[in-house]
Amino acid sequence: MGRQYETVIGLEVHVELSTKTKIFCGCSTEFAAKPNTHTCPVCTGMPGSLPVLNKKVVEYALKAGLAMNCQVNQVCKFDRKNYFYPDNPQNYQISQLYLPICHDGWIEIPTETGGKKIRIHEMHMEEDAGKLIHDEWEDCSLVDYNRSGVPLIEIVSEPDMRSSQEVIAYLEKLRMICQYLGISDCKLQEGSMRADVNLSVREVGSQRFGTRTEMKNLNSFKAISHAIDGERMRQIELLEEGKEVQQETRRWDDNKEFSRAMRSKEDAKDYRYFPDPDLPAVTIGDEWLERLREEQPELQEKKAARYEKEYGLSAYDAQVLTQSRILAEIFEQTVQSCHLPKKAANWMMGEVLRRMKEQNLEPEQVRFSPGHLAELILMAEKGEISNSNAKKVFREIFEKDVDPKEYVQEHKMGAVTDESSLTKLILEVLAENPKSVREYQEGKEKVLGFLVGQTMKKSRGQADPGLVNRILREQLARK
Amino acid sequence: MTQTTALKLGVQIRTGKISAAEAVRLSLDQIQRQEPQIHAFLNVTEEYALKRAAEVEEGIAHGRYTGPLAGVPLAVKDNFCVEGIETTCASKILKGFVPSYTAQAVKNLEDAGMIVIGKTNMDEFAMGSTSETSAFGVTHNPWDTSRVPGGSSGGSCAAVAAGEVTAALGSDTGGSIRQPSAFCGVTGIKPTYGTISRYGLVAYASSLDQAGPIGRDVSDCAAMLEALSGQDPKDSTSLNRKDLDFRRYLREDVRGMRFGIPKEYLTEGLDQEICDTLKEMETELRKAGATVEYFSLDLVEYVIPAYYVIACAEASSNLERFDGVKYGYRASDYEGLHQMYKRTRTEGFGEEVKRRIMLGSFVLSSGYYDAYYLKALKVRRLIQEAFLRAFQNYDIILAPAAPQTAPKIGESLQDPMKMYLSDIYTAAVNLAGIPGISLPCRVDSRGLPVGIQMLAGHFQEGKLLQAAYTYEKIRGEWKLPQGQEV
Repeated sequence: MGRQYETVIGLEVHVELSTKTKIFCGCSTEFAAKPNTHTCPVCTGMPGSLPVLNKKVVEYALKAGLAMNCQVNQVCKFDRKNYFYPDNPQNYQISQLYLPICHDGWIEIPTETGGKKIRIHEMHMEEDAGKLIHDEWEDCSLVDYNRSGVPLIEIVSEPDMRSSQEVIAYLEKLRMICQYLGISDCKLQEGSMRADVNLSVREVGSQRFGTRTEMKNLNSFKAISHAIDGERMRQIELLEEGKEVQQETRRWDDNKEFSRAMRSKEDAKDYRYFPDPDLPAVTIGDEWLERLREEQPELQEKKAARYEKEYGLSAYDAQVLTQSRILAEIFEQTVQSCHLPKKAANWMMGEVLRRMKEQNLEPEQVRFSPGHLAELILMAEKGEISNSNAKKVFREIFEKDVDPKEYVQEHKMGAVTDESSLTKLILEVLAENPKSVREYQEGKEKVLGFLVGQTMKKSRGQADPGLVNRILREQLARK
Repeated sequence: MTQTTALKLGVQIRTGKISAAEAVRLSLDQIQRQEPQIHAFLNVTEEYALKRAAEVEEGIAHGRYTGPLAGVPLAVKDNFCVEGIETTCASKILKGFVPSYTAQAVKNLEDAGMIVIGKTNMDEFAMGSTSETSAFGVTHNPWDTSRVPGGSSGGSCAAVAAGEVTAALGSDTGGSIRQPSAFCGVTGIKPTYGTISRYGLVAYASSLDQAGPIGRDVSDCAAMLEALSGQDPKDSTSLNRKDLDFRRYLREDVRGMRFGIPKEYLTEGLDQEICDTLKEMETELRKAGATVEYFSLDLVEYVIPAYYVIACAEASSNLERFDGVKYGYRASDYEGLHQMYKRTRTEGFGEEVKRRIMLGSFVLSSGYYDAYYLKALKVRRLIQEAFLRAFQNYDIILAPAAPQTAPKIGESLQDPMKMYLSDIYTAAVNLAGIPGISLPCRVDSRGLPVGIQMLAGHFQEGKLLQAAYTYEKIRGEWKLPQGQEV
């Protein structure tokens, strides 16, 4: 057994904020619009244009900062990060270096051994760049400035993570917080959440950090996970061979599942950061902060705890139901209408999640009215519909948001609860199955199940199984 | 026409003595006569001006333009964007750039009924003190065509001095309105930083740049300043000022006003005749009931280093957008992106601009940032404080506009360091963000105008105008150079 290594990981995560307009001009932030249609002199870097800060961006950043337990710099500033690239129309990016809006926070992630605090070093606001599209046919590059000036926050963690599982848990937590706050949809594939991974390895027990590398271009949780595992192995192999890890930036190739060195420390760019003279310092008053604190929505941990206490749900159920704020809201609205939290939880975790998975839907794509689900739960509870029919009706609710009462009536799916008509059906079943009747009378209790099934079949699923069971026993006893 | 003022011309237009189109025509005629000797303009926008003249005439008739400047032709420095009109900043790199928007300062003057008649020459990107760094040829001083008009707003000042227009728009980052005004014998104001919107003014050094009026006299400048000023939601550094009715300060009264002259400004390097002019002014102001004292202004020796570090740092970043990707000049022969950037910028920028970009990039680079840029910011704050202290004792500071009157063409560029040092009396005003006016006082023994600056505390344009207006009355009539009378 050779040396044991520990992986040390810190993350720089960019989150695109879902404000209606860009950070320094009035252009729309709409995704996937026709190229260069959401642009103006400011976000295309025209001479003489000037940035004007969108207050909503500050508000969104503050919401995130507060939810991540950060300290707020109540006077913060914007700085220019200078570098030449065509997607960056001014050839400097307006960002924050010297006085970022938030610093020194933490979030808690679940791990196998319980909750773990990951510290946030700082969080700052900045503008996104445009998109470069290479036209192979014409052999030229085209720039789309629609994304130029879309607001971002960058969240820089301390090197507190030790495995790819912890990294994914951290990212999922960040995403959940942003979604709960309604400040971003955090889609890795669409680029509204981007993570750069700083990774080093060291021998277990060592107090010093090893030399780290930074990995970019990680567009999915899978890529992040694979890149971390691969980089960990690459660094360990270097150390085992007695070589040194070079401080460098590496680019992940998703197709080849392999990272390649982009630039070393020596080629590290000098961004010549300095305070942007076009933007005065941002002052964040106590009142503003206080108002945001008060307006902060109930976040996942609190919600889950409340579900356990108020609804008597298990810790596991409460966790599952609160993973998405949207689903949690559907659940709560359902409970409000039917007052059967456990039943509602079972429906959400069973049928709703199953159908979402089948159809590959995101929570925001779920369209049914919670009131309709509540109605269905009540109908099943009162025995007005059998469980199997309830599931069929739910499918219609999920897909077409039908009113369950109307639908059941229209399709004659209601439970047959009228004893005399049921008795009539049962007598028919008994007459058709003399062999089973005999077996039952000889003590073979389990044929009862078969007879219940036959009755249900005859009723086309509409019979109340409990009632069928009782009447069957009564009739068999009389024979 | 050539010896009239903007306000007098405005009265003639409003009372129907001449039409706006006729005023434009008179200007165009004078431009045609003068330009071969002067070259104040990079672009004369005859068609645009005549179209505007028709609009303005109609506007005056319908009561849409009631201000004192309606119908008056205006020359605009070529670093202000005007929609549909080529804007080059006198740089090859912006050749062919036609903005889709108009600078707020220009828009404000157009809203007052002024008519843009052309774009004036300047030092490339306003970097220079002589207008010689223009990529499109030098401008000649109307008082002596072998001399420079000063800079960087040299074209605007020369256009007024040559009688081509009565009013012009300039910009001032380290003295670029006040110094050429002095060289050309015209009046120019740099207001308090934040008074006039910078939107559409192509940035040189954002924390120092201010637009300002250039005219024949103090009253014209006051009227233009009123039209120019006002908060602009498109410029986060523009201020919400309520005290913008500047013309009410145009009264002859300096009784009890306290003037101060920094002793440090009268040391070696200052031309004797300029020094004498300042002393004459001192005597006149005393006679008019003001007090004038000499005092010590701290940190004068640090003004130039601090100014050039800050201005160049900001410029190095502001000028990054000129890269050949989006607009303006692009090198024709290159392989790959980096060579395109390199060749475009090498071929597109002039020497002085490149010098300042390199200087600015250097002071911002890691390892030097603290020692140069941060230090300069600290010095800037100390200079501001020195001025604040001075304005506790004085209403107005008197200062030369430049150490010499207009130099010969070609003299200054040989020694950039000397050129930088000549900004000593003007650059501190931008570092402090205070207002300053430069106005002509007399003609020196070589027949060149001598201009003196008056400076005031933040937001004290009123006092400044009152003092300048009073002095102007004492000085008496100021005529344009003899050769330009037609």
